[in-house]
Amino acid sequence: MSADSTLVAPSSGCATTSQPEILRQRGQREVFCGLTGIIWLHRKMQDAFFLVVGSRTCAHLLQSAAGVMIFAEPRFATAIIEERDLAGMADCQDELDRIVDRLLVRRPEIRTLFLVGSCPSEVIKLDLGKAAQRLGVKFGGRTRILNYSGSGIETTFTEGEDACLTSLVPEMPAASAAEAQNLLVIGALPDIVEDQFRRLFTELGIATVDFLPAKRMADLPKVGPNTVFLLAQPFLTETTGALQRRGAKRLDALFPFGAEGTTDWLRAAAEAFGVDRIHFNRVVAPGRERAKRAIAHCRDRLEGKRITFLPDSQLELPLARFLATELGMVPVEVGTPYLNRELNARELALLPAATRLSEGQDVDLQLDRVRADRPDLTVCGLGLANPLEAEGLSTKWAIELVFSPIHGFEQAGDLAELFARPLRRRDILRV
Amino acid sequence: MQLAVWTYEGPPHVGAMRVATAMNGMHYVLHAPQGDTYADLLFTMIERRGKRPPVTYTTFQARDLGKDTAGIFQNAARQAYDRFTPQALLVGASCTAELIQDDPAGLAEALNLPCPVIPLELPSYQRKENWGAAETFYRVVRQLVDKDVRPAPREGRRPLVNLLGPCALGFRHRDDVAEVRKLLGTLGIDVNCVAPLDAAPDDIRTLGRADFNIVLYPEIGGEAARWLDQALAQPAIRTVPIGVGATREFIEEVSALAGVEPSAALADAESRMPWWSRSVDSTYLTGKRVFIFGDATHAIAAARIAHEELGFEICGLGCYNREFAREMRRAAALYGVEPLITDDHLEVEDAILNASPELVLGTQMERHIAKRFGIPCAVISSPVHVQDFPARHSPQMGFEGANVIFDTWVHPLVMGLEEHLLTMFRDDFEFSDAAGPSHLHGSARHTDREAGTTTTLQEVRSDGELAEARPADLAIIWTAEAEQELRKVPFFVRGKVRRNTEAFATAQGRGAVDLATLYDAKAHYAR
Repeated sequence: MSADSTLVAPSSGCATTSQPEILRQRGQREVFCGLTGIIWLHRKMQDAFFLVVGSRTCAHLLQSAAGVMIFAEPRFATAIIEERDLAGMADCQDELDRIVDRLLVRRPEIRTLFLVGSCPSEVIKLDLGKAAQRLGVKFGGRTRILNYSGSGIETTFTEGEDACLTSLVPEMPAASAAEAQNLLVIGALPDIVEDQFRRLFTELGIATVDFLPAKRMADLPKVGPNTVFLLAQPFLTETTGALQRRGAKRLDALFPFGAEGTTDWLRAAAEAFGVDRIHFNRVVAPGRERAKRAIAHCRDRLEGKRITFLPDSQLELPLARFLATELGMVPVEVGTPYLNRELNARELALLPAATRLSEGQDVDLQLDRVRADRPDLTVCGLGLANPLEAEGLSTKWAIELVFSPIHGFEQAGDLAELFARPLRRRDILRV
Repeated sequence: MQLAVWTYEGPPHVGAMRVATAMNGMHYVLHAPQGDTYADLLFTMIERRGKRPPVTYTTFQARDLGKDTAGIFQNAARQAYDRFTPQALLVGASCTAELIQDDPAGLAEALNLPCPVIPLELPSYQRKENWGAAETFYRVVRQLVDKDVRPAPREGRRPLVNLLGPCALGFRHRDDVAEVRKLLGTLGIDVNCVAPLDAAPDDIRTLGRADFNIVLYPEIGGEAARWLDQALAQPAIRTVPIGVGATREFIEEVSALAGVEPSAALADAESRMPWWSRSVDSTYLTGKRVFIFGDATHAIAAARIAHEELGFEICGLGCYNREFAREMRRAAALYGVEPLITDDHLEVEDAILNASPELVLGTQMERHIAKRFGIPCAVISSPVHVQDFPARHSPQMGFEGANVIFDTWVHPLVMGLEEHLLTMFRDDFEFSDAAGPSHLHGSARHTDREAGTTTTLQEVRSDGELAEARPADLAIIWTAEAEQELRKVPFFVRGKVRRNTEAFATAQGRGAVDLATLYDAKAHYAR
């Protein structure tokens, strides 16, 4: 058995034309803003706190998205701008100092505080960079203060993570050119997935592997000219640029979804570290086989089924590739809020040629297309899911794909099951 | 700035969305950045609506700022009209758009749309959701009502009323409306229009046909009713029929205004709550200490039920909506408690701990506070989560509402017999208070499992003790004997007893609490 890619680009794949045609529309976008990223980022970074500087709307969004998590003394909050703050800027900075003081007195265990910009704070041009600098001096040595923007006018959903990680890159210690090559895995992954990847890299013989974000902010990995990095998530455009500016090199690979995506992703690292091909195959084969067996359970239900993705997280392209190549699904339209052609080049090459790609959104026009296409399954946000179900269209709500462990060999079956479950439910219900 | 983790109310434009979503044939064009569409899922998920809220967001982005946000707004408004052809259009700004100072009213007017356009001014940095809903409904009524439509002569027809206030995302609004309709039916009164829930702009036009208005939810319908009273001399009934007593008063007031005979409605055979409450089974409810928090209307109604109809003692009463502070103060004075008017859930948590209630009646937030401290709790008011938009009929209003309330509030309490057994056999392994009431026990274990620890009965007890949060500087030593005795006090008042005893010991200058101090303190605080 060989672990060499068994993925065949469909002869008429999107790859054949060098620039596949992309439908670009603008209008109403039914998507989250980047603040939502806080919900999973704060679970990952255990000594960090996220303070959104925004309006009541921002606080309301966070509590709506966080559900019951809000009651477990979460490490995020909103400094709600009030009318008197809008009167003068100096006042606003003082107010922010007061709130940060109060917060850090109450939560002395916090090692990194992110000041997170929102639409209101961006529009009134409240300089959070300056605030972070000022507060950084004040709390220096104890709490690192960083800032990024998760505003809706600049970021869509997962781009909040991109902005957050970008703010971390300048904080990473420098590795000199003399140091041995190290590997970084970029993108917040559930702990269980991170541990699986760590074990695989160890077995492959790649010793120096670090993950960004790390669980503890004190353990930020080194970066330098001998650093290579793998993106675990497709939405990390800015982080990629920031790492490249520090001399690190991106390894081009499929994203680690499904048996083939994960194999390709691991292979990119193995090749960069000169891992022997036979050894690679031996290490990867068991997981890959397990993943294929797990995926096979869902194949009957999903094969030949038509699927449409509405834009949400930028995971749409890699997931559509996984469903098309490993489960035989037929992507009708794959919508993404933002398409980075470079990071997704290999994904694009594997999508069937008939796939309609769309970037951005005019939600009413897109829903008209969904109604005309009548796909078997539509992946969309919670604002659209029940209304589409009421029209007789089966849906899979997209946010779950960001919150559940779906990367790597061991989760490939779970990932397939996420798409199979709504269809199975539709078939078993008799009411 | 105000530091907030959790808010009782959303921003005012969410209130406007609640009115737009409640109505038919209304559309709302909201000048807002990408991301504000999150509010859609309150309606599609929590209320489980099968339709998208009738809201078009302009979704402007950073690159649009300073150039064509006004153009984006006009495009969105025009396209929304063409696609949805509403009978009327609401236009307004969310918090961010308020800052960029496009003028939705003027921009929409310039479009000359062939339907009424209702501009909304919702100050996002001052006001909140309920105010936004009330203001929106008021604007809708004020602009659309046809002042020439007046009631027909009374001879030969039944009285006609409007029900004002029911809305989307309202706590039990759907079933309350059904219940009040039924009640009015018994009285021989017809309903002209329920608004905003399920009303179209055309229905709003004819509000003047009704003889009078009934304000079911003053938070949302109050402003509009006041205007209708001024503009059309249409009187309004403001008694909210939550609870048996309030329902009876409501029936009498409505009957008097309508000139109908109330006895049939008052003699409702479906009203089981009074007998349930009088039956000996309920004797143990007497004097149970209850803490009540929610929106003012529901909290005040709940206090009256608790006091007059269930025989509870009210140990705390408050609301999060400042607009109704006066009403709340008046109610709190009736029960001799300090009114708590705050939108800071940490203040509410402190107040609950200080009051040491045996039952908490509140919102979703109080449910979580009570769960943390092992206090029984029932939900009486928004904000609520998905489980409080139930499939079954469960009104709060009218006699059926009182039945529902009796069951809902009593259910989380330790049943009388169970409590008796806890006291009698407190050292018996099955009835020891460490085991907790059977229905709470499951959740206590569950919480611990989430925290990744294994749980024994003993640990549940020590968890309960955590609830007795006390300042660290009060380092008063308890003798083993006194500590043992304290354990025999029922768990829900143990914290209070501990604090009182320590305060007493400190005041007396005693360094340690022994058995004598414990009982001296008990005598000192005896009422």
